[in-house]
Amino acid sequence: MIELTHSPIDTSALLAQVQSNQAGAAVLFLGVTREFTDGRQTVALDYQCYPEMASRKLESLEKTAHAQWDLIACAMIHRLGRVELGEASVAIAVSSAHREAAFEAGKWLIDQLKQEVPIWKKENWADGTSEWVHPGLAPAEKEVRQDD
Amino acid sequence: MKIQIPIKMFAIAQQLAGSPNITIELDEPGTVGQLRTKLVAQVPAFAPIAAHLLFAVDSEYADDATLVAETSEVACIPPVSGG
Repeated sequence: MIELTHSPIDTSALLAQVQSNQAGAAVLFLGVTREFTDGRQTVALDYQCYPEMASRKLESLEKTAHAQWDLIACAMIHRLGRVELGEASVAIAVSSAHREAAFEAGKWLIDQLKQEVPIWKKENWADGTSEWVHPGLAPAEKEVRQDD
Repeated sequence: MKIQIPIKMFAIAQQLAGSPNITIELDEPGTVGQLRTKLVAQVPAFAPIAAHLLFAVDSEYADDATLVAETSEVACIPPVSGG
């Protein structure tokens, strides 16, 4: 199951969704809005995605995870729009008969998501500036004032 | 024959372009590499980041040799930062 949503993620419901009597292990990963990055204070994050392709890529990752590991269930949700401090922007739940598969698949899924799914975050800093996050691009090319 | 290719813009690309879509005119058949070159010519602000931009054709990552047709859905994908 994959979902892109503008609403807060019900992480308990997501975990419950992958649990079953066959699953001896269930792993839940949450990516959460962090207040400080390299000493700079974040007020909130804004997420944007390319909806058709992001859904397609997430579905493809889920399918590949099922092919590579002996999983019972897998569910991924990513937030869009404003995500406040402490809220989960992404949640991945994986279950398997034994823990190795769930741990490995969960780590692989979040690593791949961050590399290839077309979703972008914008940092809204406490000093009033905001900045799209693009790994590999120099910060000077990205800085903008919030009122732009 | 000339074809008009609308390119979806996201994040820094949308900010630099000032619009969620930029239309590029190409000779048919055209390639992603030609789109990249024409995009920078049309929007000079893209020059510093052009080498870092990926493109998707019909929701799949494409390389510079990928052909684009008038019916293709093309998107400009700056380095992703989900999660």
